[in-house]
Amino acid sequence: MSSPDNNPLNPSIWRAPEISGRWWPVFLRNLLVWRKLAIPSLVGNIAEPLMWLVAFGYGMGALVGQVTVNGTQVPYILFLASGSICMSAMNAASFEALYSAFSRMHVQKTWDGIMNAPVNLDNIVLAEMLWAAFKSLFTVTAILGVMLALGISYSPKLLIAWPVLLGVGITFSCVALIFNALAKGYDFFTYYFTLFLTPMMFLSGIFFPLEQLPPVVRAISQWLPLTNAVDLVRPLFMDQWPTQWLRPVLVLASFAVAGFWIALALTRKRFRG
Amino acid sequence: MSESIFSVQGLVKRYGEATVVSDMSFEIAPGECLGVIGPNGAGKTTTIRMCLGLAVPDAGSVTAFGLSMPKDSLAIKAQLGVVSQMDTLDPDFSCAENLLVYGRYFGMKKALIKERIPSLLEFASLTSKADAKPGELSGGMKRRLSLARALVNNPRLLLLDEPTTGLDPQARHLMWERLQLLLQEGKSILLTTHFMDEAERLCHRLLVVDHGRKIAEGAPRDLIRQYLEPDVVEVFGSGALALIDSPLKTLAARVEVSGETVFFYTADAKPLLAALESNPQLRTLHRPANLEDLFLKLTGRQIREDA
Repeated sequence: MSSPDNNPLNPSIWRAPEISGRWWPVFLRNLLVWRKLAIPSLVGNIAEPLMWLVAFGYGMGALVGQVTVNGTQVPYILFLASGSICMSAMNAASFEALYSAFSRMHVQKTWDGIMNAPVNLDNIVLAEMLWAAFKSLFTVTAILGVMLALGISYSPKLLIAWPVLLGVGITFSCVALIFNALAKGYDFFTYYFTLFLTPMMFLSGIFFPLEQLPPVVRAISQWLPLTNAVDLVRPLFMDQWPTQWLRPVLVLASFAVAGFWIALALTRKRFRG
Repeated sequence: MSESIFSVQGLVKRYGEATVVSDMSFEIAPGECLGVIGPNGAGKTTTIRMCLGLAVPDAGSVTAFGLSMPKDSLAIKAQLGVVSQMDTLDPDFSCAENLLVYGRYFGMKKALIKERIPSLLEFASLTSKADAKPGELSGGMKRRLSLARALVNNPRLLLLDEPTTGLDPQARHLMWERLQLLLQEGKSILLTTHFMDEAERLCHRLLVVDHGRKIAEGAPRDLIRQYLEPDVVEVFGSGALALIDSPLKTLAARVEVSGETVFFYTADAKPLLAALESNPQLRTLHRPANLEDLFLKLTGRQIREDA
């Protein structure tokens, strides 16, 4: 076997990203396609999270009543809404960076066409990451609108929650692109959803307070990106400032940076023929 | 060829133990159409991918327009037009939108691209399909849209990987006509193909490649003269195969068999044809030697396992 590392013509897949302004036309391409399908796509994106919210929030909320968060009593629907919007950001970003990006990369060969023009792979991966984050923000915005209409929270700090949720979208886009780079087919993504995202939903304090969990599980939970997202967003829904913001921001940023770097390296490896 | 615009020197590509491209060198002059012909798996597409900086060679260099791969790959690609073997058209966009979106990848302004779209669509005979999506187009239309897309940046050199594979004769002829127009405009073309008539019609010069190696290079007519006798007599029908061991053999310079047909290669077919008249049950076809004969002589008649 000739090892690629011995080849001076072949730089390391772990080299720094080579980014220019050419990610923008790729992002714009995705935006133009989406604009044609925005309304049906929006319905699909927000219908499910809203059903969860209404069914659980009002249904379970009637049984549960109030939940204690940082010593404050809040209605269960507010507790759930502030957690589930993080979950929606995660799901929307993951879905786009997996199924949709994979279609463009592998099935339609859109990326191959783009790389015949003066746009390198790094810019394409960046554009896909930002695009998935943008779509996630769009979904989150629509759900926030419905939550406002339902009167779940009128906290002015929701204006801060909005860019925080963009950060959550970016984090999960970066991580999902790792799995996109590794995928042989769509089936692979089912594992990612059922083995990673679904368990994380239940271990991140979205449906019930983390205090209910055994100490070992809680310790793990503290390092999950979704837990840290909820730690930032939930107080903002309650019109409070997060008791600690630096740690969750750093955890999310670490997942984003490491995720993007690994995703880029593995995607370079995939395309290095 | 003093001033080539594109030069490949000593390219090597290995995948594990297998050497897919081996010591490949060629140059393309301005306004020239260089054809690369070879069986499936000969390394044609891998060579093109290395020319584009998409596959990393294990040795060798690619230079174009005074720039070198992979260092200047983006500056080189800014002056290239590429039609790959598989269409990579955007299925969600109309023909016009496909051109617009692709032009943006070259950093072109929307106004400039929009100005070019009508003439590109006309060139591709797709004016009436401006608003149709690729899914509504025939195979030939899709390939012409791919060609129009490759022209959006007004490239100096076109890299075309089997641009007419899978097209019917009408669509193929229209494609050839368009490529000839581009050559008349002074563009250069690197073309891979399986079709010998295509290679003979379009290409000024040909590379014959097999097993990753260049096995012959030259103008189509010169290659035929160099490697083949000028005339071919094909004989088929019952009893044809028996001719291989008959005295007729001495009337030809070379005899080949493929299936039920015997091929006599000769500089003078008259004595052979006269001798064959005494075998009325045999059918004969007398024709000049062509590129296909050359190709089969150089790469063999047997079907490859991977073909």
